[in-house]
Amino acid sequence: MSNEKKKFNWKAVTQHHLFLPIVCLLVVLLVNVIKTPDFFVISMKGGVLYGYLVDVVNRASELVIVAIGMTLVTAASGGQDISVGAVMAVAASVCCQILSGGQVSTDTLMNSMALAIIAAIIVAGLCGAFNGFLVANLGIQPMVATLILYTAGRGIAQLVTKGQITYVRVDSFKVMGGYIGKCPIPTPIFFAIAAIILINIILKKTALGLYIESVGINGSASRLVGLNSTMIKFLTYVICGVLAGVAGIVASSRIYSADANNIGLNLEMDAILAVALGGNVLSGGKFSIMGSVIGAYTIQALTTTLYAMAVSADQLPVYKAIVVIIIVVIQSPVFRRNMEAWKQKRALRNKAMEGGH
Amino acid sequence: MEKKKSKKKINSSTFLLMITIALFAVMYIAGMIIFNDKGFAKPQMFMNLFISNAGLIVIGCGMTLVMITGGIDISVGSVTALVCMSAAYAMENKGMSAVAAVVISLLIGTLFGIVQGYLVTYLEIQPFIVTLAGMFFGRGLTAVISTDMIAIQNKTFLKWANYRINLPFGTYNRRGIFIPAYIYPTVIIALAVVILITIMLKFTKFGRSLYAIGGNQQSAVMMGLNVKRTKMKAYVLDGFLAGLGGFLFCLNSCAGFVEQAKGLEMDAIASAVIGGTLLSGGVGTVIGTLFGVLINGTISSLITTQGTLSSWWVRITLSALLCFFIVLQAVIAAVKRKKKKK
Repeated sequence: MSNEKKKFNWKAVTQHHLFLPIVCLLVVLLVNVIKTPDFFVISMKGGVLYGYLVDVVNRASELVIVAIGMTLVTAASGGQDISVGAVMAVAASVCCQILSGGQVSTDTLMNSMALAIIAAIIVAGLCGAFNGFLVANLGIQPMVATLILYTAGRGIAQLVTKGQITYVRVDSFKVMGGYIGKCPIPTPIFFAIAAIILINIILKKTALGLYIESVGINGSASRLVGLNSTMIKFLTYVICGVLAGVAGIVASSRIYSADANNIGLNLEMDAILAVALGGNVLSGGKFSIMGSVIGAYTIQALTTTLYAMAVSADQLPVYKAIVVIIIVVIQSPVFRRNMEAWKQKRALRNKAMEGGH
Repeated sequence: MEKKKSKKKINSSTFLLMITIALFAVMYIAGMIIFNDKGFAKPQMFMNLFISNAGLIVIGCGMTLVMITGGIDISVGSVTALVCMSAAYAMENKGMSAVAAVVISLLIGTLFGIVQGYLVTYLEIQPFIVTLAGMFFGRGLTAVISTDMIAIQNKTFLKWANYRINLPFGTYNRRGIFIPAYIYPTVIIALAVVILITIMLKFTKFGRSLYAIGGNQQSAVMMGLNVKRTKMKAYVLDGFLAGLGGFLFCLNSCAGFVEQAKGLEMDAIASAVIGGTLLSGGVGTVIGTLFGVLINGTISSLITTQGTLSSWWVRITLSALLCFFIVLQAVIAAVKRKKKKK
C-alpha cells in the first residue's frame, strides 16, 4: 500500500481494496467536522480518556470482534451468520450465571472468573459448531441455518438466567467492559485489538486464510484440489461463534449484567454491514479482515454521529438500512456492468463528437 | 401400511405436507386430552387459533410465494408494525377514515414489495440482504412516525374488528344455554386468501411459472419464461399480502407500536418451512403453510394453557421444530441426489 502511495499512482490507490472503506470512514468523520466540531476533542476526565472519538473506538469493540468472525463466515460459505447477536446473549448469560452462582444479583464471585469465561466461550463455540454442522455438513443455506439459533438463542439465554437479568456487581468483572487499574484506555479496545492481531496471525502464519478464500470462490474445485472444504466451512462458523462469545462477555461486563433480551441486539445487522462496507463481497471468496474492521469503526462512527445529531435509537435503523442498500447496490454485479456500459457509451459518444469536428 | 403401496406416488413434497398435518393433529388431540379441564377441547379454542393468527396466515402465504421462487422475505414483521402504526396514525392523528387506512396499509405493503422485488430481481442482490435492510427500514420508520403506542378508537374500525360471525356449532354452558362459536371477518379474509393463492398456484400460468423458476431458473429461462418479471410479480404480491396481513394483524391488536410483531418474519418462515415449503425453492403449498401457522398457534396456546411454562419456551419449541424440518428437507434432498446419481 505504501509503495503505491509513494508513486502517487491514483489509479492504484483508488483500486486498492481498502480505498472505499477508508473513504466511507472519512466521509462520516467529515460530516462531524461540520456538524459537531467538538467530535475530535479528546480530554482526560477522572483519569480516563474522554471524548466522542474514544467513545466510538470503545463502543465499536464488540462490533469489531463479531465482524471479524462474520468476515470469515461470509468468505467461506457465501452467506452470513445472523445468530451472532443471540449467541452473544447466550454467552453473556452463561458467564454471569456461573459468576453469580445462580442468584439474581451478587456482590461477590461465586465461581472463578476463568471458569465462567471458558464455559461461556465453549458454549458460544458449540453454538457456532451447531451452525457450522448445518451449513457445512448438511448443505443448508447459511442464513436459514443460523435462523434457528437467531430465533431460539434469546430463549435459551433466558432459560439460563431463568428469565431474569443477572447482575454481577463485582469490580473484577467490570474490568472487561471498563478500565484496567489506572489505564486511561477502555479495556474493550484491547480486546478488539487482540482479536484483530490473533486472527491475522492465524491467517498469515497458516494457510487457513488462503483455504477459506478458495473454498469461498469455488467449493467443489477446492475439494478436488484436496482441501477439506466441509471442515474449513465448519471451522469458520466455530471461530465466528467463539468470537461472538468473547463479544458477549465484553458486552455483559459493560453493564455488569446479562440482559438476555438486549445484549447484542441487532448486532448481526451491523456486523453484516461492516463486512459489506469493508469491501468484502457478500457472496463469498476474497476477503479482507482489515476492511471489515474499518467498516465496523465506520458504522460505530455513524451511530455516534447520529446520536450526536439527536436521532433516537429507535429511528437509527432507517439510516443504517439506507446505507446498506446503497452499498449492496454499488457492489451488485449488474449495477457495475451497467455503469461500465454507460461509461463505454459515453466514451464512444465523445469519440464520435471528436470525429465530427 | 398403505404408505408402502403407494410409495411411488408420494413425492417428497406431499410427504412433508403429510407429516405436518399429522403433527398438527397429534399435537392438537394431545392438547385436547391433557388440557380438557381447561377448555382446550372447546370448538371456540380451535377457532381462536384462526382468529389470533389470521394476519400470520396471510403473511405466510406471501412468504410461501417468495420461497417457492427460491427467495425469502424477512421484512414482513417490520412491514406489519409499520402498517399498524401508519393505520393507527392516519385514523387517530390525521382523522382519516378506516377505508383510507386500508388503502394506506395495502400501499405500504405493495411499495415494499416493488422496491425489494426490483433490488432482488433486476439488480440480483441476495434476497436476504435486501429484505434484512427492509426489515430495519420498516422498523425504524415505525419509530419515526411515533415512538408511543397509538390505540385505535375509530368507530368504523372497531366495528370491523369486533364484528362477530356466529357459527352453527358451539358449546353449552353450565345452565345449558347454547353459546355458539364465533369468528371475526379477518378469518374469512385469511381463508379466502389461502384458497385464492392455492387456485392461482395450481391453475394459472403465473403460478406454474413460479414453481418452474424455483425448481431450476436456468431451464425456466430456456423454456422461454420471463423469469425476472415473474419473480418481480411474486415479490410485489408478497408485499401486498404483507400489507393485507399487517392490517388483519392490526384489526386483532387495535393498536400501533414500535415493538409490534417483532419476530413475526421468523414465525412466517417457520410456518412455511414446517408446512413443507423447500428453502431451496420449487416446492411448497399455501395449504401446508396454513397448517404450519396452526402448529405454531397450537404450540403457543398449549404453553399458555399449561400456565407454568414461560413464554420463551414457545420460541425454543418452534426453533426445535424448525430445525427438525430443515434437517429433514436436507436429508430428503440428499437422498434424491443419490437416486439421481444411480
